[in-house]
Amino acid sequence: MTTSALTPAGTPAGSSMGRAGGEILRVENLTIHFPVRSGLLGPRQTVQAVNDVSFTIGRGETLGLVGESGCGKSTTGLAVIRRLRPTSGRIVFDGRDISTASRSALRPVRRNMQFVFQDPAESLNPRMTTHEIIAEPLRIHGRYDAAGPAKVAELMERCGLDPRWSGRLPHEFSGGQRQRIGIARALALDPSLLILDEPVSALDVSVQAQIVNLLVDLQRDLGLSYLFIAHDLAVVRHISHRVAVMYLGRIVEYGEKDQIYRSPRHPYTQALLSSVPAHTPAERNRPGRIKLTGDVPSPLDPPSGCHFHTRCPKAIDRCSHDDPALDLRGGRQLVACHLAEPGADHQTQGER
Amino acid sequence: MNSGSDARDDVILEIRDLEVTFHGDDGSVQAADRVSFTVRRGETVAVVGESGSGKSASVLAVLQLLPRSGNVEVRGSVRLDGRELLDADRRTLRAVRGGAVAMIFQDPMTSLNPVVRVGKQLVEMLREHRYPGGRRAAERRAVELLRVVGIPQPELRMRQFPHEFSGGMRQRVMIAMAIANEPSLLIADEPTTALDVTIQAQVLDVLRDAKAATGAAAIVITHDLGVVAELADTVVVMYGGRVVETGSAEEIFAAPRHPYTIGLMAGLPRLDADVDRLVPIPGSPPNLADPPPGCRFHPRCTLRAGRDVCATETPELREIAAGRRSACHFTEEISAEETAAEAARVSELTGVPLTGDGR
Repeated sequence: MTTSALTPAGTPAGSSMGRAGGEILRVENLTIHFPVRSGLLGPRQTVQAVNDVSFTIGRGETLGLVGESGCGKSTTGLAVIRRLRPTSGRIVFDGRDISTASRSALRPVRRNMQFVFQDPAESLNPRMTTHEIIAEPLRIHGRYDAAGPAKVAELMERCGLDPRWSGRLPHEFSGGQRQRIGIARALALDPSLLILDEPVSALDVSVQAQIVNLLVDLQRDLGLSYLFIAHDLAVVRHISHRVAVMYLGRIVEYGEKDQIYRSPRHPYTQALLSSVPAHTPAERNRPGRIKLTGDVPSPLDPPSGCHFHTRCPKAIDRCSHDDPALDLRGGRQLVACHLAEPGADHQTQGER
Repeated sequence: MNSGSDARDDVILEIRDLEVTFHGDDGSVQAADRVSFTVRRGETVAVVGESGSGKSASVLAVLQLLPRSGNVEVRGSVRLDGRELLDADRRTLRAVRGGAVAMIFQDPMTSLNPVVRVGKQLVEMLREHRYPGGRRAAERRAVELLRVVGIPQPELRMRQFPHEFSGGMRQRVMIAMAIANEPSLLIADEPTTALDVTIQAQVLDVLRDAKAATGAAAIVITHDLGVVAELADTVVVMYGGRVVETGSAEEIFAAPRHPYTIGLMAGLPRLDADVDRLVPIPGSPPNLADPPPGCRFHPRCTLRAGRDVCATETPELREIAAGRRSACHFTEEISAEETAAEAARVSELTGVPLTGDGR
């Protein structure tokens, strides 16, 4: 794969809002396999959760990581923050290779990289007050001093919470407010990268937009970088600068947001986009919708060749044994498909 | 719905002033407050709302499916084909459930028995409701039903247990069970919420096909406006336990007439266009244990502009145009020009002309 095509600078200029330049995270050939046993004495098998995944995130940039359940997007996020140890591959954060770093070596790194979870109700300790929750990372890293209370108040305000609520417990807040608390805690140590795993999907529709706007504002004001992991393609389009589409542990398409959404070139990306329900009843029967048949195969036993060939409407014989590399193929985004051709642009709905 | 000119016998389900109250140790929660709407034969009505909007409580009350343990009080009237269901006895209800009215849940495992083969469950479902022609005929019909919902190798799948099916395939099995006895009404509660987007697209198609094959009417309970856009003929928007707006799907999407519906749609990011900034509804959905007085949306409403009546008087759900109802004191201020301009824009974008009756 052409590594230059992976870098934010190497991709053609598209949207550039808030991007400060330079690279905060580089993931190279990340592979994560889990050994599993089916049943107590069953055969040993390997879940190929993530296979040869590479991407970069620039400073002040959002990379959207999309795909359906089991595609490896969350596992990738956990590996980036080193909750998981990669089977192979490199994770370079702010110029430092942390792929095999020890627990103590990771401590200062983790300060700069924080995780925001999907369900704020599950990730907040129900017995801790809002103040204690947000102050906890400061205390752990020995940075809670005389200025601590003011720091917590500032974080609350920045995240749209009234500092007078600092004595309240999580259950006294709505879902959206709890997610604001989760984000405030993640910001306590002034990180440069947030890994956001489905941060709005557990929220009511009318509240999702508030949290999305908050994330956009925080990025603009603090120069944060985001790895935004989500299945909601419209939310990912809104918040991302670049997008990587995963299927069964691999990135199948990767590039500027506008390229991916306006002219998806991988048949899976095309199918994914056209599976999204209509925006209005009038679009119900929009022409050219691709409906996939069948289910996602098991990552325990992924298909040979291109993992997508068993569901691909365009598959040819070669796809079943020859694994396509992710490369530019004459287009403007990286595609892992034997049949992707430059100029063979697929138009998404609404842009006919 | 309720446009007045419809013949009574066109209506399959009529819900009138339905009130659902949960009594607990810490007081009462009114989950549904004077909910009224009708469903015509063959029509798909989407009941859309967020958590706590009362959408599920209202519809589950129809079949007396709410947990009895929680001390639930249900008042009002629910008439299926002219027959009152709220005071129906157990036997009548048993015949109605899975017969004239069938349910599809978010999690198929709530209605599939995990230790009984799928084929046997289908056959029992058919025979319980007196499918004619004995066991053999019922088995043939079961295979046919699995085929209708797009399950490959149905003869083989008949002999499998629910856990041997994927999530999407289980949802299909549940749809097959639901249409087994040719119901006149299907009730689907968040039918695709747990599914991935490519599987959701398949299941929505199966639902549409299943409806077409049986001619059943449907109530689809959902929080997802995409599902509404895909399936609904008519939309019932609920907020804080009350119906706030109803109308044809085309009209509701083209020109919503309640500030909540407008806010809900404005806050959605789009798949097919770049939006500079989302416009969210401020605040959070109400806590029904302590709902705001007057219009339950007033603390979050931008149209209200500080006017007292919104905080003191409950707006009635009133007819604002043929087939359109809105529960807003100031719905007339949602400018007709504005909505017409929006409708024209949507029509131009999609290339689909908007007709007056929206059908």
